[in-house]
Amino acid sequence: MTSTLTPVLTDIWDADQSWKLSTYTDRGGYAALDKALGMAPDAIVTAVKDSGLRGRGGAGFPTGMKWSFIPQDNPNPKYLVVNADESEPGTCKDIPLMMANPHVLVEGVIISSFAIRANKAFIYIRGEVLHVIRRVQAAVEEAYAAGHLGKDIHGSGYDLDVVVHAGAGAYICGEETALLEGLEGRRGQPRLRPPFPAVAGLYASPTVINNVESIASVPSIIEHGAEWFASMGTEKSKGYGIFSLSGHVTRPGQYEAPLGITLRELIDLAGGMREGHVLKFWTPGGSSTPLLTDEHLDVPLGFEEVVAAGSMLGTRALQLFDETTCVVRAVLRWTEFYKHESCGKCTPCREGTWWLVQMLTRLEQGVGEESDLDLLLDQCDNIFGRSFCALADGAVSPIQSSIKYFRDEYLQHLAEGGCPFDPMKSTLFADELEMA
Amino acid sequence: MTTAPEKTDAAVPDTVKTVSVTIDGIQVSVPENTLVIRAAEQVGVQIPRFCDHPLLAPVGACRQCLVDIPDAGNGRGFPKPQASCTLPVAEGMVVNTQVTSEVADKAQQGIMEFLLINHPLDCPVCDKGGECPLQNQAMSNGRGESRFFESGGLKRTFPKPINISAQVLLDRERCVLCARCTRFSAQISGDPFIELIERGALQQVGIYEKEPYDSYFSGNTIQICPVGALTSAEYRFRSRPFDLVSTPSIAEHDACGSAIRVDHRRGKVMRRLAGNDPEVNEEWITDKDRFAFHYATAGDRLTYPQVRDTDGELRPASWTEAFAVAARGLREAGGVGVLPGGRLTAEDAYAYSKFARVALGTHDIDFRARPLSAEEASFLAAKVVLTGPANGAPTYADLERANRVLLVGFEPEDEAGAVFLRLRKAHLASGTQVVSIAPHTSRGLLKMGGALIRTAPGDEAAALDELGMTGEHPLDSTSVIMVGERLATSPGALSSAAGLAARTGARLAWVPRRAGDRGAVETGCLPNLLPGGRPVADAQARVDVATTWGIDSLPETPGRDADQIVAAVNAGELGGLVVGGVDPDDTADPAAFRAALDAASFVVALELRETDVTRAADVVFPVAAVIDKAGMFVTWEGRPRSFDAVFTNPQALPDSRVLAGIAEELDRPLGFRTVGEVRAQMEDLGPWDGDRAAFDAVVNTAPTDTSGETMALSTWKQLLDHGSMQDGDDNLRATARHAVARVSRAVLEAHGETVTITGDRGEWTLPAEVADLPDGVVWVPANNAGNGVLADLASPGSRVTVKGAQL
Repeated sequence: MTSTLTPVLTDIWDADQSWKLSTYTDRGGYAALDKALGMAPDAIVTAVKDSGLRGRGGAGFPTGMKWSFIPQDNPNPKYLVVNADESEPGTCKDIPLMMANPHVLVEGVIISSFAIRANKAFIYIRGEVLHVIRRVQAAVEEAYAAGHLGKDIHGSGYDLDVVVHAGAGAYICGEETALLEGLEGRRGQPRLRPPFPAVAGLYASPTVINNVESIASVPSIIEHGAEWFASMGTEKSKGYGIFSLSGHVTRPGQYEAPLGITLRELIDLAGGMREGHVLKFWTPGGSSTPLLTDEHLDVPLGFEEVVAAGSMLGTRALQLFDETTCVVRAVLRWTEFYKHESCGKCTPCREGTWWLVQMLTRLEQGVGEESDLDLLLDQCDNIFGRSFCALADGAVSPIQSSIKYFRDEYLQHLAEGGCPFDPMKSTLFADELEMA
Repeated sequence: MTTAPEKTDAAVPDTVKTVSVTIDGIQVSVPENTLVIRAAEQVGVQIPRFCDHPLLAPVGACRQCLVDIPDAGNGRGFPKPQASCTLPVAEGMVVNTQVTSEVADKAQQGIMEFLLINHPLDCPVCDKGGECPLQNQAMSNGRGESRFFESGGLKRTFPKPINISAQVLLDRERCVLCARCTRFSAQISGDPFIELIERGALQQVGIYEKEPYDSYFSGNTIQICPVGALTSAEYRFRSRPFDLVSTPSIAEHDACGSAIRVDHRRGKVMRRLAGNDPEVNEEWITDKDRFAFHYATAGDRLTYPQVRDTDGELRPASWTEAFAVAARGLREAGGVGVLPGGRLTAEDAYAYSKFARVALGTHDIDFRARPLSAEEASFLAAKVVLTGPANGAPTYADLERANRVLLVGFEPEDEAGAVFLRLRKAHLASGTQVVSIAPHTSRGLLKMGGALIRTAPGDEAAALDELGMTGEHPLDSTSVIMVGERLATSPGALSSAAGLAARTGARLAWVPRRAGDRGAVETGCLPNLLPGGRPVADAQARVDVATTWGIDSLPETPGRDADQIVAAVNAGELGGLVVGGVDPDDTADPAAFRAALDAASFVVALELRETDVTRAADVVFPVAAVIDKAGMFVTWEGRPRSFDAVFTNPQALPDSRVLAGIAEELDRPLGFRTVGEVRAQMEDLGPWDGDRAAFDAVVNTAPTDTSGETMALSTWKQLLDHGSMQDGDDNLRATARHAVARVSRAVLEAHGETVTITGDRGEWTLPAEVADLPDGVVWVPANNAGNGVLADLASPGSRVTVKGAQL
């Protein structure tokens, strides 16, 4: 089954000092840049469009189309901003990618900036991951020294400066307009749209904001061609992507594979579920995507396919939970996260998450009655689609989906007056405890 | 069947495109880009809202105004409810509000429930209770019972209240985080250090620890707060809205004519709010207009007439006795000067004007209780009087249409708050460039994005002469030149301003500081002007007035101005004075003014409160405060602003009634007793339609004295200072800016951070602060220290020495 893996971004992760420029160039790195600089910028946009690359940050918006929205007659400078504020619970692909192979991102930044005629690009990295920030900074420094960045890149006459910006650690700054606020030095809170960033983004200038993985995929598209990229994946979800398996699985980690692969195949690749246990529920793309269960093991992990199954592909952050896990407890933890990360700007998110946590806490403790579940769902209904940005939509997804699939488990809490699960059993050291 | 001719609607400018939308089944045409929330108002649907405010940029934060849009105008609907405060209408759009859509109604009820979970139930003790948008809309768009409480919810709590400033208090747990206050400060007044801080449900309005929230407009944040989160120290816990009676009025603190609402209970003013006048102050007023009203109930308020007895002491007297004593004294004084001051309503000013001419037979009248010049009197007669919005004088709206507004001798933030806000709006919204001829970049100029033409006091005329239709700051016919009353102290400056206007086609506006100044010009409280802009020197004009007033003739030559009246009294040429609301320390030479009070054989004072004038007077009449009388102020634009009396207070008569009483005792009746009769007489006389007075332009030939160690003194009055009309409002005064001397960096480095400034009238020791002043200029606030700069230090523009203080 290993043949289903398509290592591109992760290809050099096993190399000695894979993050070094020399390692990257030894494996053909920065060759795509030369090719790109020989192309017309519009031809690069077309190639990315033709490849079918869709945003890897979760929403799946076609990357080439996003680039083509940049009004080239706007007199303001154009900016490329890379969203590396990866903070979603369960999502862990950009950070290892930047750790292990930062140059593929830098090369992608140069090609993408060239395509949209930007002379300044920003990589906005989540502030907590200092080691990653340092690594990307070092990569950018190496790239400058090697002439991949700065003035007259590779003699093409094209100039580009890259700024590596450390965020201040707010989940909301993964939302692109909040990220721009943060980048401009303000409090991270989402902006009113329109105007959209493509028209008035960073410093009120045309701005493309892309996820790390989207930008890192660009060199491979230029190098191997749009058709090569489009040959992978499903009809509407083309190419490869990093699937991050975490939780109760034998070998958690990053599995780079064509979109459309199923969880069943991925679990096989990862050596199966934790010994002696079975899958109970999972998230396809981080905690903001509605939970799925073992009924959905064969859903192809493409954008439309997962939506049809009642969830979203998101960031392909597959968190796997086996039967030892209390779903109410897991959902409470996530909800506490959203309450903590709510920026406070709009009412349903700010006040709603405050209340949701209180409701779930009581339910988890077995306090309340069945009608409280309906109240909880009504609250979710009053939050979902009513908030300023999508953060609150994500906050209610685990609640709504968990009640959909595990209503009985909630009721069991109420019937027993407490949680029927032993939280120790779901830990990694459960077996050691057993033996002791 | 007859066919009616097509109606031509001339009121709608053809440049505004309209779009047609259907709201709750009713089709309506509204201008394009109208927000759905306001289009709905056109069909009579009030969508609940908190963060939305018509004068603030849309933010979409509270989400209370969600509506269902089954068709966005392109045949497709929005899958989710949309915030109607951020969504512009589109042709063919279909909107279903809470009235017709269950989705919208449920969405709104859901948001309201969320807003209330962390809101305290302290409505019974909250200032806002009874006029609270949250309370009202919770009733109209919320549920009666709290599911949060039923579900065992725990509210977020904060200690309350905390100070945002000395005046503004914040109850954080009441706050719904609509950000109106922070957006007001960012978008309207431009004052920093009030911001949202923290995250999530702990987000709160906060201030910077190291710098105060320092704003002359902070009270507006309280008024637009849709809950009781922001309150004023002044009004907190004073009354309930439903006990208050509201009377619209006009603010009396500056020449802006801001609409206000006076809320009172049982004959006592409890608070004042901004009125809504889009043509003038929009919905904003200064903190002085809002909070400074206790002067009218001060302990030393005069309540009965007094006459000086044989023992030399003032004693209470009846009105009739006081009228008789005043008339006898003035008849025997041997020449009387009239100094009515600049705080009068136009009706009262007219009464002084007529009193001087008819009862005293003199043109010795001057409302200018401040440094003045003959050049200014000529300028007012030639360029200012009778101009107004009706005949093309610049208005507030014109400031927004101007490509450039030139300020000379005028600091809007301190001297005319509504002008400042409109100029800031013009700068931000229409790109109007503000340019100021001043010694340094003031904080107000920075907030207006203004450019400075750095000019030492006295050099204004030269700076004006260098401007024209080209250069760095070109003026054209859209431009407005706003000259302040302070320009009277700079010889030739008003002449140069008039010359610049003539050269470029730019329009002139004279912006005085006091509410009654412009009305006093219009009614002839000047030695060279009669009411209605009639020049004294014009024989026809004199005949016109004399005929209407039924007197034989008027003196042919213009009278003495205020300085000349004071000098004439001190020289024994005049024996009597009639003084209205004049503070000696405001006059060009306070010592000379006080000497004149002593030297005069007979002084009649018409005053609100006990002052140095009333203490020296032979007859003292209490007069009505603005709240106790009807009247009219004329704005800097020349726009009349009428108001009715808030209270009926028999203890205090308007100045016009007092003057009428004295005139009757002099057997020279003025023909009116009530304000209505004065107004009728003014209308009867009407404006002058003959030739305007010619302008006697002045060329400043005196070289600027830059010799020696001395520096030029620049000064103006800040909005909040020791002015007597702010007496009793301690919380307001606590928000005044501290007295500092501003000097150039070089001067500061030479003399240290505390300087002693010595002028010909005394010395001040003040903390020094660096500003981009020329090295030869020092700036001090005119009335934030001691008895004010004129009494204690020196005359504006004169030479002073600056030394490091001997501590």
